[in-house]
Amino acid sequence: MALPEDDPATASAEAVAEAPLVEAPADTVAGEVVLRLTDLVKTFPGVRALDGVQLEVRAGEVHCLLGQNGAGKSTLIKVLAGVHQPDSGLVEWRGEPTTFANPQAAMKAGIATIYQELDLVEDLSVAENAFLGHEYRRFGFVRRGRMARHTRQILSRLGHGEIPPGRMVRSLPAAGKQIVSMARALSHEARLIIMDEPSAVLAHDEVGNLFRIIRELTAQGIAVIYISHRLEEIREIGDRVTVLKDGRTTAANLPARDTPTRDLVSRMTGRTIEYVFPDRPADDPAGADLLQVEGLTREGEFADVSLNVRAGEIVGIAGLVGSGRSELLETIYGARLPEAGTVRMDGKVLRPGVGAAVRAGMGMAPEERKSQALLLGEPIYRNVTLATFGRYARLGFTNAAKERAEADRIAETLELRPRDVDRPVRTLSGGNQQKVVVGRWLLGGTKLLLLDEPTRGVDVGARAELYQVIRALAAQGVGVLLVSSEVPEVLGLADRVLVMREGRVVREAAAGELDENTVLDLVMAGSLMEGAPA
Amino acid sequence: MSDATPTPTATPERPQLPAQSPPVDPAETAVASDKASSGGKLSWWRGDGGDGAKRNLGLIGVLAALIVVGAVTKPDLYGDPNWVWNNVLAILQLASVVGVVTVGMTFVIIGGGIDLSVGAIVALAGVWCTTVATQSYGAGGMIFTALVVGICVGLVNGVLISYGRLVPFIATLAMLVAARGLAASISNKQTQVSSSTFINDIAARKVIGIPILVYILGAVVLAGWVVLNRTTFGRRTIAVGGNPEAARLAGINVRRHTMLLYALSGLCCGIAAIMLTSQATSAQAAMANLYELDAIAAAIIGGTLLSGGRGTIVGSLLGVIIFATITNLFAINGLSIEAQNMVKGGIIVAAVLVQQFQFKSVTRLLARNRVTTAT
Repeated sequence: MALPEDDPATASAEAVAEAPLVEAPADTVAGEVVLRLTDLVKTFPGVRALDGVQLEVRAGEVHCLLGQNGAGKSTLIKVLAGVHQPDSGLVEWRGEPTTFANPQAAMKAGIATIYQELDLVEDLSVAENAFLGHEYRRFGFVRRGRMARHTRQILSRLGHGEIPPGRMVRSLPAAGKQIVSMARALSHEARLIIMDEPSAVLAHDEVGNLFRIIRELTAQGIAVIYISHRLEEIREIGDRVTVLKDGRTTAANLPARDTPTRDLVSRMTGRTIEYVFPDRPADDPAGADLLQVEGLTREGEFADVSLNVRAGEIVGIAGLVGSGRSELLETIYGARLPEAGTVRMDGKVLRPGVGAAVRAGMGMAPEERKSQALLLGEPIYRNVTLATFGRYARLGFTNAAKERAEADRIAETLELRPRDVDRPVRTLSGGNQQKVVVGRWLLGGTKLLLLDEPTRGVDVGARAELYQVIRALAAQGVGVLLVSSEVPEVLGLADRVLVMREGRVVREAAAGELDENTVLDLVMAGSLMEGAPA
Repeated sequence: MSDATPTPTATPERPQLPAQSPPVDPAETAVASDKASSGGKLSWWRGDGGDGAKRNLGLIGVLAALIVVGAVTKPDLYGDPNWVWNNVLAILQLASVVGVVTVGMTFVIIGGGIDLSVGAIVALAGVWCTTVATQSYGAGGMIFTALVVGICVGLVNGVLISYGRLVPFIATLAMLVAARGLAASISNKQTQVSSSTFINDIAARKVIGIPILVYILGAVVLAGWVVLNRTTFGRRTIAVGGNPEAARLAGINVRRHTMLLYALSGLCCGIAAIMLTSQATSAQAAMANLYELDAIAAAIIGGTLLSGGRGTIVGSLLGVIIFATITNLFAINGLSIEAQNMVKGGIIVAAVLVQQFQFKSVTRLLARNRVTTAT
């Protein structure tokens, strides 16, 4: 989307100066601490998502939040937006201890949030989305004209007067939707605007426009919490940086421009907990090529990916959410149809479909355990045998005794807790649920295991056990293709690592040849060391 | 099963993983089943659903309450054991046709769908099997025709839904209209009298004092129970309805299975068509009117989750019998059908409210448990 220089709706430079982007609340004091979090804790079943977060945001500053995936940024935003309530800790909003009981309360207080997954209603118009939940109305009727006018005003101040307020959001490109999201935030009287990776869906020139908007906001005394994985953006727009790691603040209020990259990265990655990875076997155990992928492409997801996995080898794919890694895994597994390229198992080209992949000996533990892998209300044993119950059946009659025995064996070897295989899976912790998913593929001849974020939401102890299980499987000759956004996990567990960025493999090397900083630089578009020898 | 994978040579500190696909060890299996059956968990008759049994107990309670109401309002009738026996048979006979349809419906709903066209399929199958041409092949030809018509119409539903990606509600709604239209045009809007004594005798005859229709219901319910609880088909049904994505990623052919579920529902409609034709000794396009509502309501009352993944055949059977008992109760008290329908509506709402209440309290309990175990 180009900047509409000649759009009549776009105010001239003077007009912009006269009419600020948003009217900040009259009692805004520049430099005042608007938000202070002390020892914030939020626990979900099986995870401590926030484990003592400190944060201080001043009026008129751009405060950047930095942290790896799973560091707790998203949870923190949701606490601030009133979606989650903290278990303990203090939220001070403009000097007053507060809790936001629901999103409406947070909005009313003046906190507007622009989520990473844009929360727009696709089949409503731009104006309706901008004013969703606080429409102008009179006698119960929506004042469409006034809403459209105000929306047009906001949009043109955002530099996008060309977006018609009456247009359906569905028909807008990603960047346009981002603008509508922002217009919604500005339609409130906001003191604090939270932006969760706003640049992720924007083209390069769009980012410049975004920064211009942010500068106008802060000039008005509005505080911005800005989340991004791109270090150079943080340097350009940010004032101060707070770094999160494993739900804790590891550094607060660092100057955004002057803090060395190495410092920032080490605070993001500095292990508070040492993960124990099993040793790699001394001699190269890997056998013949099991999986061969050539030129696999899906428009908009990944392009021209070639890789191979040998028997007994663990291959790790590092990359951010949205780098195409999960889509790649699902395509290899036959759950998505490739537009180009081939997938071979044992040298034979796979027919499309999950069934063929499973018959060829593939198994997958998908990213979203609960929605993609488990029947939560069903007993553990039925979840373990979900892919194999047909093999124990005779003439179509299931053999529950055999299934229970097999599931019990898996439960024992994976140290499932509790061991009772008749319990519904719903009652297990995240780590144990993951063991059920992995255990499913230990039954019956799986030769290649595809693991998508196997330790997401899994606590530390269970992680170590899962790592042991994965390594032990490889020792048995199973090939493993592992996707994780946690770089240390990929480096620690895999024998060979592929780094993906924006749908392409940008680097392939033995795990020993890479270190965390190199990989982090590769996956973030910052690419300070791209091409440099590791 | 293949045991082609090499035996593990795990180092001591690694957990000893099972060799993959080990040869079946009969001793191990025997031990396991011994252990389990001593815990009483593997009795052959017992469903694996677990809490389904408790819900069904509640339904039996409702049934008992209805009988008490009947006994209180008509003490003179209930004093006569002969009358009571005949009344029980009357209720079962009343429940038999809808009961057969409900078994098919239960599968479809557990599988995550809905079939609004069952009444129309019954009518179409009934009309088709009583045309002059079909009747010339005798009773066997009529039964064959009814079953094949039922299965085929069900397959059309299934193909539209699983391969044409139509929403089940829409696809079967369209079929509801179309199948009745076809039935009316085949029968030329006339009532077609069945001249087959074999067919007509099904509803008229009793064996050992029990109507044949009740035997048919019993057979279909038994078969349905076995298929749902003891076969791979049943297991797939629960998986497909409970979490279609998980089922697909586990290698289950979700589309084909969904299609088969509607064919199964159609088959049940075909059976019901023969039963209904036999009862009326005729068939017409308007027969089995609103059976879809009765069947869905009975399944829901029986504890089948409309969103799929959970439900029991026994529960659905109890749901049908409860409805039939209410009808019977109103009939013996000489009350109107209108009043009856209002009570039925109330019972459907009450059943769903109870279900939601139970579900919520259970999940709350689980959530509490999880938090305590997590910390």
